[in-house]
Amino acid sequence: MNDDVKLGGLAWHLAVLSLTAIGGGVVLVAPDVHHYVSVQNHWLTDEQFAAMYALAQAAPGPNLLFVTLIGWMIKGWLGAVVVTLAAIVPSSCLVLALGSVINRHGGGKGRWAGALRDALAPLAAGMLAGAAWTFLSVAGAGWRGIVLALAAAAAAYATKLNPLWLIALGALAGAIGLV
Amino acid sequence: MQDGRVGCWALFKVFSHMAMQGFGGVLPFAYRHLVERTQWLTAAEFGELLSIAQLLPGPTICNLSVMVGQRYAGVAGGFSALAGLLLGPFFIVIALGAAYQGLAHHPIFVNAMRGMAAAASGLILATAVKLAVGMLRGSGQGARRVVQIALLVAAFVGLGIAKVGLITVVATLVPIGFLLFAFVWRKP
Repeated sequence: MNDDVKLGGLAWHLAVLSLTAIGGGVVLVAPDVHHYVSVQNHWLTDEQFAAMYALAQAAPGPNLLFVTLIGWMIKGWLGAVVVTLAAIVPSSCLVLALGSVINRHGGGKGRWAGALRDALAPLAAGMLAGAAWTFLSVAGAGWRGIVLALAAAAAAYATKLNPLWLIALGALAGAIGLV
Repeated sequence: MQDGRVGCWALFKVFSHMAMQGFGGVLPFAYRHLVERTQWLTAAEFGELLSIAQLLPGPTICNLSVMVGQRYAGVAGGFSALAGLLLGPFFIVIALGAAYQGLAHHPIFVNAMRGMAAAASGLILATAVKLAVGMLRGSGQGARRVVQIALLVAAFVGLGIAKVGLITVVATLVPIGFLLFAFVWRKP
């Protein structure tokens, strides 16, 4: 925990980012959050940052909870609550505001939504790959880590295995010194 | 949809239930609970709401929970569903965080976490590949496909390699892609 953390700055940063994360889910905020938390402010090490995402993946629930863990690591319970609310309240309010329109018109089918979907599909894929690269490069696992990540990606792509097993196998590979 | 009488407490309970089962992702459980078990949504309605939830900013599953909650019980319903989704897992991740801090000095644990992080980044990559493959299957004629691949590469380089930041990537590439697909290479 850290006494000179400005929670307000982190919360504002996350709120803006979560409103920007379209098409690929909350993991897209990871490269920016890493820069803010680890590079700019040195609140967490690279290794801690990568571990927080892995832990959130191992827990049940939405993986946005990795920001909850980051908040908790740098400012305890207050940090966890503030950071979680910052990440979900703005986008949820937007959904509520648009929701009555959506529920009435069954939106998402028209020409404009179609064009937006056409644009977002490749961007989401590219940005997700960028976020994956960010985690891999901060995890500090070197070329063996890259091999492990590619193997996990291939297994997740080709099989219907629960991702939890792949996380557990990754932990085992690390523990016995393969990575 | 069955009827309009689903209360906030029922929304909270159903979304808690699916969240606590959702190891490695809540979405498959969301389908099971909302479509199969409670029958609050038909499969078609689920697909429609999901595709809207993905188009809107913010975490997809949270957006979905807010939309479903709002449909049944207004703004309070939206927040009830969201609270159900997050409350249990919130305490579980913090318990994991506490365990992490307690064990952070054991070398074996540190090594295990490094392997876990590498595997977790592989899972993100798999999602990216799934999206890319789905996109290539549906992208139609040649020029549309080339533009989509260019956007994909630009987004990867911008966010992952050049590190220009999410806001810059989205603010530049979304309008470019939208305009191209709305006016130049419209879906046939």
